[in-house]
Amino acid sequence: MTKSLPVEPLIIADRKFNSRLLMGTGKFSSGKIMHDSIEASGASIVTVALKRASLSGEKDPFADILEYLDAEKYLILPNTAGAMNAEEAVRIARLAAAAGLPQWVKLEIHPDPNYLLPDPVETLAAAEILVKEGFVVLPYINADPVIAARLQDIGCATVMPLGAPIGSNRGIETRAQIEIILEQARVPVIIDAGLGAPSHTASAMEMGADAVLVNTAIAIAEDPISMAKAFALSVQAGRVYYEMGASRVTKMAEATSPLTSFLD
Amino acid sequence: MSNFSDIYQNIPVEAWLQQSLDTSERTLESILRKGRARSPADFAALISPRGANYIEELAQHSNKITQRHFGKTIRLFAPLYLSNECVNICTYCGFSRNNEIPRITIPLEQVVSETKLLANQGFRSLLLVAGEHPKYVSNGYVEQCITQCLEIMPSIAIELGPMETEGYIPLVNAGCEGLIVYQETYHEPTYKAIHPAGPKKNYAWRMNTAQRAYAAGFRRLGIGALYGFYDWRYEALSVAAHALFLLQHCWKAQLSISVLRLRPAAGSFTPSQNYLMSDKDVTQLVCAFRMLLPHANIVLSTRESPQLRNGLVRLGITTMSAGSSTEPGAYSDYDESNWSPKLEQPGEQFHIADERSPSEIATMISNQGYEPVWKDFDQSLVTSSE
Repeated sequence: MTKSLPVEPLIIADRKFNSRLLMGTGKFSSGKIMHDSIEASGASIVTVALKRASLSGEKDPFADILEYLDAEKYLILPNTAGAMNAEEAVRIARLAAAAGLPQWVKLEIHPDPNYLLPDPVETLAAAEILVKEGFVVLPYINADPVIAARLQDIGCATVMPLGAPIGSNRGIETRAQIEIILEQARVPVIIDAGLGAPSHTASAMEMGADAVLVNTAIAIAEDPISMAKAFALSVQAGRVYYEMGASRVTKMAEATSPLTSFLD
Repeated sequence: MSNFSDIYQNIPVEAWLQQSLDTSERTLESILRKGRARSPADFAALISPRGANYIEELAQHSNKITQRHFGKTIRLFAPLYLSNECVNICTYCGFSRNNEIPRITIPLEQVVSETKLLANQGFRSLLLVAGEHPKYVSNGYVEQCITQCLEIMPSIAIELGPMETEGYIPLVNAGCEGLIVYQETYHEPTYKAIHPAGPKKNYAWRMNTAQRAYAAGFRRLGIGALYGFYDWRYEALSVAAHALFLLQHCWKAQLSISVLRLRPAAGSFTPSQNYLMSDKDVTQLVCAFRMLLPHANIVLSTRESPQLRNGLVRLGITTMSAGSSTEPGAYSDYDESNWSPKLEQPGEQFHIADERSPSEIATMISNQGYEPVWKDFDQSLVTSSE
């Protein structure tokens, strides 16, 4: 793959990650293509829906999603997809840890199975329990600055606001809200969901997002491996731009007749 | 919650149908430009006779929408028939009480052993099916089946005679997550004619089953019509209205829509030539459902031919059964190496059209660049431990 651009590592819960592109594992046309796409993306963190994995502790050729992921190479981040409330999410996180996965969890609770929008009330309740139990909690949230702040207050390791509904490929439609979340953030902010083109991820990084998570746009691409590389480059490019301070260019126009000349 | 049966009385299905038949090219092209059916009127246009001229455009949209929401994947499940005992007379069904077929309700041990056979074939999602008979297919029996099958299968749904919400609660508590109920036909006079006796006579009661099941806590609801009793567009418009109602009122449930055509069965019933639905009609309908309901699962069973099933993998369906028998107890006599019946099946509900084994279906799906997904839910993840 193209040589990486030099960017600062991403740090979550004191752990250092070289890539700022997180990958999902759903919707791929095969386990092999998923594996190769993730490798091409250079991702350090990969999230997996526990519902698709074997939980018996034994290998299952009919539920073998974890077999395609090298736990030495990636942080396997179990997610709670399928949970409709806090109780179910907490249970899934505990079962993942019991199955030997890291005590990290991408907390997602969507009672609406259609748009998969996160339930803020249940998410806060589940996060509180899981943080107390020692989990590193990365909650998927709507782009709501207040829920983001409250989740940080109780000790979440990141917040993951959505750009647009999952699978919509519509880009960052929640820009104004995400700007507030970024401004107030004390933990890394990862933009999750709705990022459908490299311009979307680049834009998220230029805004100052610490990382992005992409799944659908890569999984259903005609050539997922090339698409994974394209997203990886866009994330690096956006980050370099941000680190150089270019995003802090003033948005205000220069006034043609200065209002403060009386002070001269 | 209001009942769909009450709402449905005021839905102008006949007017929609007429509108569908009169659809102009201009209307169709405008909907295709939007890429979504935003209303029943849009849907009526997409299933119109003129819409068939745009079948490739429909398929392209449906393919893209489905990939966005479900990825390049097809979920697989197996039906397990528990009993062909039935108190209803349904003129088209092999289990109809006036048919002289061998009657059986398979004992619990056999339910478990057949579930194991299905698990060996790869299935991790099971649909328990039975005729309607309060004595043989009692709630206690079904509850035991669910509890024991869950030891083997992580996901269980049921397709049984409709019950009250109170009847469903113990089944949900036992770990059943999905309920399937087909209205058969939404056209009431036809419904009455083909269901002359038994509790199934009650058209409105059946129509509100999905809502009662939702109230009991089911996470997945499946509805559909059995095409062939009446005008397929009338049925499809009714299914669409029903689906839109459920999306509003049962918003936490994952909705699935089955597209089913009548198959030959025991008894003297022959589908009317007036209401035949062609493969092209089925294809058009699947794409139109997808453009109206981007997040709904669309299910295609082994009732359909291999050719049509292969073709629809990339066109909007999300879920398939495979290697099915509709005769209770028949799996016990299957040849496990190629998953085919070793014996005649005189007690089957209807005869399937796609007789390929589960592994052949999985290979067919993979060959089309899709992943066959055997496991997509795990009841143990959501069952509380107390």
